[in-house]
Amino acid sequence: MTTPAIDVRSVSKQFAGVRALDGVSLELNSGEVHALVGENGAGKSTLIKLITGVYRPDAGEVRYLGEPVAFARPRDAQAAGISTIYQEVNLVPLRSVASNLFLGREPTNRLGLIDYRSMHRAARETLSRYGISVDVRRPLGELGLGVQQMIAVARALSTEARVVIMDEPTSSLEPREVDLLAGVVDTLRRERVAVLYVTHKLDEVFRFCERVTVLRDGRRAHTGPVAGTTRLRLVATMLGRDIDDVREHGATTFTDEHRSVAGEPTLRAVGLSRRPYLDDVTVDVHAGEVVGLAGLLGSGRTETAKAMFGADPVDSGSVSVDGRTRRRWSPAAAIRNGVGMIPEDRKAEGVIAELSVRDNIVLAALPRLTTAGFLSDRRQADLVDTFVKRLRIKVASTDQKVRELSGGNQQKVLLARMLCLHPKVLILDEPTRGVDVGAKAEIQSLIDELAEQGLGVVLISSELEEVVEGADRVLVLRDGAVVATLRGDDVSEERVMRAIAVASDEAAAEPSTTDAPAPEDPHA
Amino acid sequence: MLDTLRRRRNRADVLRFLQVGGVYVATALILAFNLLFTPNFATLANLRLQLVQVAPVAIVAIGMALVIATEGIDLSVGSTMAISAALLPLYIGYGVWPAIAVALLAGVAVGAVNGSLVAFAGMQPIIATLGVLVAGRGLALVFANGRLTELFDPTLDSLGNDSVLGVPISVLLVLAVAVIAGVVVRRAAFGRQLLAVGGNRAAASLAGLPVKRTLVAVYVVSGVLAAAAGVLSTARQGASDPSFVGLLIELSAITAVVVGGTPLSGGRVRILGTLTGALLMQLITATVIQQNLPDSTARMIQAAIIVAAVYVQRGRSRA
Repeated sequence: MTTPAIDVRSVSKQFAGVRALDGVSLELNSGEVHALVGENGAGKSTLIKLITGVYRPDAGEVRYLGEPVAFARPRDAQAAGISTIYQEVNLVPLRSVASNLFLGREPTNRLGLIDYRSMHRAARETLSRYGISVDVRRPLGELGLGVQQMIAVARALSTEARVVIMDEPTSSLEPREVDLLAGVVDTLRRERVAVLYVTHKLDEVFRFCERVTVLRDGRRAHTGPVAGTTRLRLVATMLGRDIDDVREHGATTFTDEHRSVAGEPTLRAVGLSRRPYLDDVTVDVHAGEVVGLAGLLGSGRTETAKAMFGADPVDSGSVSVDGRTRRRWSPAAAIRNGVGMIPEDRKAEGVIAELSVRDNIVLAALPRLTTAGFLSDRRQADLVDTFVKRLRIKVASTDQKVRELSGGNQQKVLLARMLCLHPKVLILDEPTRGVDVGAKAEIQSLIDELAEQGLGVVLISSELEEVVEGADRVLVLRDGAVVATLRGDDVSEERVMRAIAVASDEAAAEPSTTDAPAPEDPHA
Repeated sequence: MLDTLRRRRNRADVLRFLQVGGVYVATALILAFNLLFTPNFATLANLRLQLVQVAPVAIVAIGMALVIATEGIDLSVGSTMAISAALLPLYIGYGVWPAIAVALLAGVAVGAVNGSLVAFAGMQPIIATLGVLVAGRGLALVFANGRLTELFDPTLDSLGNDSVLGVPISVLLVLAVAVIAGVVVRRAAFGRQLLAVGGNRAAASLAGLPVKRTLVAVYVVSGVLAAAAGVLSTARQGASDPSFVGLLIELSAITAVVVGGTPLSGGRVRILGTLTGALLMQLITATVIQQNLPDSTARMIQAAIIVAAVYVQRGRSRA
């Protein structure tokens, strides 16, 4: 009988009288990749924080390599060999890639100053081991979220960890980067590191992990080998529902039927260009239609959304609503014309954490709720109550601060903020990212329902299945340009992937198929 | 084990209480101290004096609190007071009210410059208003030919020194400004926009809020309030003194705001806390003077309180 690397023994934790964890146990063995799944609020984050010393358990204990431990703070846990990679990248955006990689343990020269040359060299070597090639002197913040995440992973792994906790590491990675991560996880397994893999994605549970623990409402609902279970069973355990009930819903909660629409588009974006992000992108959205934007990370999906909403300037191109071209397009103009958007980065661009649920919901509707500049409490309350009920936002009171809500409920607050404007078109950028399974299903059915009622929707998702099942028409983007438009029965995961792949191949093959001679070297 | 837990929880509770209520406790303590140990403190004349003296700082601090709620800062308030004070004698020939109107309009203008630099030119508030701080005082001295001008106007005099029902007019003015600011923050769309812009500018912009207009407006408000404080100070002294009026008041105002529990990181504002913060700083100075201690003592006590206030705020931002 080997000693587990981490042995959590029936820990409990309460916050202000609310039980976050109730007698939860977890054994994490060396050389094992152990999935930790559960809806938001199931207690995953609390469990991680108990292990890494952010919190202390009210009851029970945590053993590390057989010894009871109580880390005073996360840094002590890290020094002892427990590395955590958080969902949100925890690095310094203004400092260079290399500085971030070596933050706090920079190589120094004889004078005790940072030896940049060797630091940059070491950074390049470390990153190339994981197949990342970036200029390590560039500020981290200039890179895509996916790359930032990989650098966070690389940083954690380069600190000689015995235990690695990954908190939804793939939530901002594109498929290619997920493959990269799979390789990293394999390496960890071979090196007998214990990995606790927290995720919302069942794919990854089956792909990466040997065992899985399901938490529900602060209790352990299941622990067992991945091989002995099915997706359906896991989903059922997470939701605490009957298996037949889940099967009825399918993987997503979108209905199968595709709506066909005709007539003039409600929102029409023509020839949007913004170097180097967008290249002549045209998107039409009809009433009652869900248009999906598919593509890899960095393909221009978010940039298209922001340009359509007037949030980013464009070099050329125009946006028209109901057949009229609008000048001076801005988010405020878009909202006035019945176009709403929910941004990809909920925390940075969506919620205002310090304001209440009510204030967040009515934010965009302020001009409509004021009389002579003053707000009517009753009208606000009516509006907020309506949408809290309709979207089933779980709040203790609408005075509660938004930052206290789970990701799923924050997302619903943002949906409510836009829906209370009664928009004609709604642009949704990753509406179900970082959202628990239950809220995800609710948001997906809501999108369907809204489209049925005549709302035009632009749906962006890095989960292929969501775009394919949710959209009536899918535009496939690559390098800021639309490379394929799929309609009706053509919309399938395979076709979308092929569109992306074919486009990539063609682009890669271009130089060799051109007949023109290679440009001459001017110095020759 | 249980004991340490309880102690930790108590500590967190105490910290949370201090974040909101610390300024009130400190003010109550210093009042109690003075009532017990300072002779002639509890006289109507002395209490009234304290309130009258704090009035200009309090008015400026309320504007400052609103600016800080947008994650900004306004260093130019002292110079705005000087400009407003310098303009009064130039226009008093047209009557006292037109002169005051001109002074307040100058506050609007200074605020509009600050706001435009921040909102449209995208400058850091601290740099933009620092520039105006320097230029504004210079401009005021140009207006006034660098001289102190005595003013003998009965209306202005009563504005500075008279009372209604025993309450000095300047104090009533402070209360009016505070009530209006409180109502605006709580009930007006502008107040909500202010907090949204300060709390998360990107989100406010994507929600279609007029971010730039809100920023300009908040600096204009701060400018007008500073100009009003300039009028008040001039009225009280019976003289326009652009070289010294409002000198370093920006620091007192920022102190009052921070001590009053408004975080510098924006998104929140405490009007009553700001008023109490201003009063607390005034009482510290008064106590030290009346106890015959050197002025430097007052400064050190104030500094300690500022550090403590920022420390307590830090606790909140981590929570």
